Amino acid sequence: MSWLEKRGRTVDEAVAAALEELALPEDAVEIEVLAEGQKGLLGRWGVREAHVRVRPRRRKVEAAVAFVRDVTRTMGLDAQVEGREVADGIWVEIRGRDLGRLIGRRGRTLDALQYLVNLVVARRHEDRRPVIVDVEGYRRRRRDALEDLAVRMALRARRLGRAVSLGPMAAAERRVIHLALQDHPEVSTHSEGEEPLRRVIITPRPGNGAAVAERRRHDSPIR
Amino acid sequence: MKELVELLARNLVEHPDQVRVTESGDDHLLVLEIQVAPDDVGKIIGRQGRVVNAIRTVVRAAAGRQGRRVNVEVQS
Repeated sequence: MSWLEKRGRTVDEAVAAALEELALPEDAVEIEVLAEGQKGLLGRWGVREAHVRVRPRRRKVEAAVAFVRDVTRTMGLDAQVEGREVADGIWVEIRGRDLGRLIGRRGRTLDALQYLVNLVVARRHEDRRPVIVDVEGYRRRRRDALEDLAVRMALRARRLGRAVSLGPMAAAERRVIHLALQDHPEVSTHSEGEEPLRRVIITPRPGNGAAVAERRRHDSPIR
Repeated sequence: MKELVELLARNLVEHPDQVRVTESGDDHLLVLEIQVAPDDVGKIIGRQGRVVNAIRTVVRAAAGRQGRRVNVEVQS
């Protein structure tokens, strides 16, 4: 979006002229003051005009949606793209038919696209919230599946009375497991190993009436 | 494919006007070479090639049906 430059006797006047032309309220724009005005002596000597530039503020969500729309269109996909803001993230939802290849194996293509979107919009926005890109609810379903897995494996750890190791996961997926079990009274979680083979270990807490953890070697990977 | 690479590259660099993408290859392999301003080369490659790898992943997904392998390179 290009800047609109305006001059006036004071900064306020210059800004007001710009807002008038853009037909926008002040909180909907970015303003840069290029030169403060100077009244001069008796309004005659040393008078300098104020000089500002103004442009509509594009929210991060709008920038992210615009970019994803361009990408899906250029890929020749028939897709609708919508943005949604939540407290700790900006969701970009892609809907349409036949979008499997946009997800890729285990979400790999979707992760790549999400990485690029974040790079593209982070450069121009102070908003530090991450952009999460989803296709037809894939991430939500994946999160639900991981939460189910977390609960099942917690039960297993308690029943066996020893630590249970999950398969290798990406950081965002491990986080889902940790969060799902953070308030669980009978197990605790931590991660072990090096990326990309880092995995979550679920350990029963001792002395809660269930089998007492005997901290043997980890169970073989499950999943 | 060329337009997709151009779109991705232009949005990632400081000098979008200096982005050039050239196509070459044969029936089996399409090579897309990205040329950017010297100070944008690092941006388009990324640490440990992470950015260009993400571009490759997205471009290959787009090319999926054509039955031709696609490679994306950065001229440096």
